[in-house]
Amino acid sequence: MSTPENKMGRREALKWMAGAGAAGAFAPATLAQKVENAGTPTRSATDPNLVKAVLDWKGVLAESELKILTALCDLILPKDDKSPSASQAGVPAFINEWVSAIYPIQQADKLVVRGGLAWLNTESLRRNGKDFVDLTEAEKTGICDDIAYLPKAKPEFAFGALFFAKVRDLTSTGFYTSEIGMKDIGYIGNVPLPKFDGPSPEVLKHMGLA
Amino acid sequence: MPLITNSKTRTEYDVIVVGSGAAGGMTAYALAQEGVKVLMLEAGRNYDPVTETPMFQLPKDAPLRGAPTPDKPFGFYDATIDGGWQVPGEPYTNAAGGNFMWWRTRMLGGRTNHWGRISLRMGPYDFKPRSRDGLGLDWPMNYEDVAPYYDRVESLIGVYGTNEGLENTPDSSPGVLQPPPKPRGYELLVKKGCSPLKVPVIPAHIAILTRKQDYLTLPGRLHPNNPKAAATLAAEMKKRMACFWATACGRGCSIKANFQSTTVLLPPAIATGNLDIITDAMVREVTIDKSGKATGVHYIDKETRRDRHVKAKIVVLAASGCESARILLNSKSTLFSNGLGNSSGKVGRYLMDTVGAKVIGQIPALENCPPNNDDGASSIHMYTPWWKYKEQAAGKLNFARGYHIEFSGGRRMPAPGIFDGLEAQTGGAYGRKLKEEARRYFGSFITFAGRGEMIPNDDCYCEIDPNVVDQWGIPVLRFHWKWSDQETNQAAHMHKTFAEIIESMGGKTTSPVETDGRKAIYRPGEIIHEVGTTCIGADPKTSVLNQWSQSWDVKNLFVTDGGPFVSNADKNPTLSIMALAWRSADHIMASMKKGDL
Ligand SMILES: Cc1cc2nc3c(=O)[nH]c(=O)nc-3n(C[C@H](O)[C@H](O)[C@H](O)COP(=O)(O)OP(=O)(O)OC[C@H]3O[C@@H](n4cnc5c(N)ncnc54)[C@H](O)[C@@H]3O)c2cc1C
Ligand code: SF4
Repeated sequence: MSTPENKMGRREALKWMAGAGAAGAFAPATLAQKVENAGTPTRSATDPNLVKAVLDWKGVLAESELKILTALCDLILPKDDKSPSASQAGVPAFINEWVSAIYPIQQADKLVVRGGLAWLNTESLRRNGKDFVDLTEAEKTGICDDIAYLPKAKPEFAFGALFFAKVRDLTSTGFYTSEIGMKDIGYIGNVPLPKFDGPSPEVLKHMGLA
Repeated sequence: MPLITNSKTRTEYDVIVVGSGAAGGMTAYALAQEGVKVLMLEAGRNYDPVTETPMFQLPKDAPLRGAPTPDKPFGFYDATIDGGWQVPGEPYTNAAGGNFMWWRTRMLGGRTNHWGRISLRMGPYDFKPRSRDGLGLDWPMNYEDVAPYYDRVESLIGVYGTNEGLENTPDSSPGVLQPPPKPRGYELLVKKGCSPLKVPVIPAHIAILTRKQDYLTLPGRLHPNNPKAAATLAAEMKKRMACFWATACGRGCSIKANFQSTTVLLPPAIATGNLDIITDAMVREVTIDKSGKATGVHYIDKETRRDRHVKAKIVVLAASGCESARILLNSKSTLFSNGLGNSSGKVGRYLMDTVGAKVIGQIPALENCPPNNDDGASSIHMYTPWWKYKEQAAGKLNFARGYHIEFSGGRRMPAPGIFDGLEAQTGGAYGRKLKEEARRYFGSFITFAGRGEMIPNDDCYCEIDPNVVDQWGIPVLRFHWKWSDQETNQAAHMHKTFAEIIESMGGKTTSPVETDGRKAIYRPGEIIHEVGTTCIGADPKTSVLNQWSQSWDVKNLFVTDGGPFVSNADKNPTLSIMALAWRSADHIMASMKKGDL
């Protein structure tokens, strides 16, 4: 495990990186230097600015869909002692971004998610005479338990289970790739270190290697 | 015409180098350092890793959290520009039944900006495979001929690893390798699981600096009779930092700790003043004079879309194996109606990739692990070299060549899809339970990936597709492919072995284990070890190039990328490409001195 003493800290690392860049500036010619047609590259989807990314598409989900989605995401990853809920980590907005992308995988997911949200609300009206967002926790769980795991779902819930699995996967992606989620599962990397120590004695013991 | 060096282009050069990746970068470095005037033509745009690398950027800062898309197939942050499985406006085709995938990029430095940095030497067996088992082709030279160049390349670029004295897994000379990083926890666990199976697990060889290079002595050793070259190299080597054990190498490295042509080879080559580079220059044809000697190349200036011609005494193609074959096949003339340097009819033939197969395992001993930092050097710290030479020699296996194993796992930066499919482990958990399961399972999966030798065969080749041109008007390649039983049997063996290792570790496989190798094997081209297509050999009738990667037909024409390979050992090819390129460059300069070229 990395201890505070051997952490370099981001600021120092950035200084270090800047140093590497500045050193280049004194060379007679650097790779950044173009004599003719100098300037920034023309940006395109296959050559985006990686250092400062821009998101240039709009979400397609309607307000009403986002409400159902938010309720569902928070049922999938609710707040607990260790971390906030999915919606507090921005998951519904992420899923909206995801299903609004033009690529084939995301387009296919859009159909599953949109169709699923409509299906879920219809199912809750059928069972409880209420919109999904107005259900009690127990009523929501009642539906979700039926669709939580495809191999155990009844045939009539096959699509519901596929939809639930998709939203669970997307919710996990949205949550655990956020800083809140990374902290929750104990991802402690992405910090520069002066040396790599390998696993701590505690970790070795846990793995049965000590 | 973007030109990235200070001088205006000269009217004539000693050498034109086509391509700026591992092969072009290495060739240009070796030549420019010795005073040869070089013009490099690169189809992609200028690219500067120091300013363009997203070092610490998080998934949340990228569209779709950085997930792969058709525009960025290895993820948003991957250092691939205008490329991947498709390059916009530059198609390729497959003949019926073929499904070759051709990975390319269009940027200065080529694929060295995003490659895996695994740098294994080919061994003595790998140069003489036909003599050993009667299959495939022998190289016209021995390991001993190339060994000094392996030492030089490893010293120049910086490769970590150890010398283990294992069969056909060569040691480097003393003082050449950088010390390997400590193994990660899961890598130690793999080693323990492999030990009862007698599967070795040793430090991998990776082109990453684990400590700052010795810029005071290395340059003098690399350029013993050329103090100016040594000083030029020292100044650039000094700017490279040691790895700081964070960030993904596939994004590139702004502190120059890993090997990229753009951080390691091109800066000193440019600093000599002997190298000019024109980017956005798509070469389409090598020109010749009446005597059949190469005179220069035609290229399309991508900004004006106009054809241009540049001249040199010598032409070196280093555009990646298939692309160099494409240029030769497109260089037709009355003297060479079959394409240039193709009197043997072998240009495009013996295309090879690496055999790939993987199995994923879930390991209970890794569940609920206390947080620890597994980032390390981004790449693997440990691997398994091929260990069954004896069984193979005794005829106990149904495939003739070896594979190595790469294992990836650990508590690495979460990426899209991180817990896809976890319901198989949790029975569909959601709610608070899912949060607990995520904490439990994070970092408990290990992917075992096999990388094995393919034997060249007559069914795998590329040729010009007469019906299709790219957006620059250049006829494109059409691929033909058929695996032989050698490869599919090997892939099945990989699956069986990986399942045994996972079981020995007390884990469970979570991806299919196939007994049919045709189901286990990756698609052709997918491992991106594109070699062959301009084979070297001892006989001009059956090969395109001699042992110096020099055309038999056109003596001032060379190919220094993966094209010359006549076997594709399980040792990833790039280190060998660079060793052979340096060796060719030395031959070019010796011939120039003698007045032969
Ligand atoms: C994701 C990934 C991981 C990899 N991992 C490893 C690894 O771990 N170990 C290993 O050994 N290898 C690895 N490889 C393979 C490695 O990248 C290649 O073997 C190596 O880059 C080949 O060098 P090259 O110079 O032949 O080609 P490249 O590096 O691709 O350079 C060729 C250059 O030529 C340019 N070019 C092409 N056509 C033309 C033209 N007509 N005119 C002008 N310029 C042209 C291209 O734009 C490109 O810049 C990996 C590759 C990928 C993509
Ligand atoms: S892991 Fe090390 S070598 Fe790789 S990009 Fe990060 S600092 Fe550079």
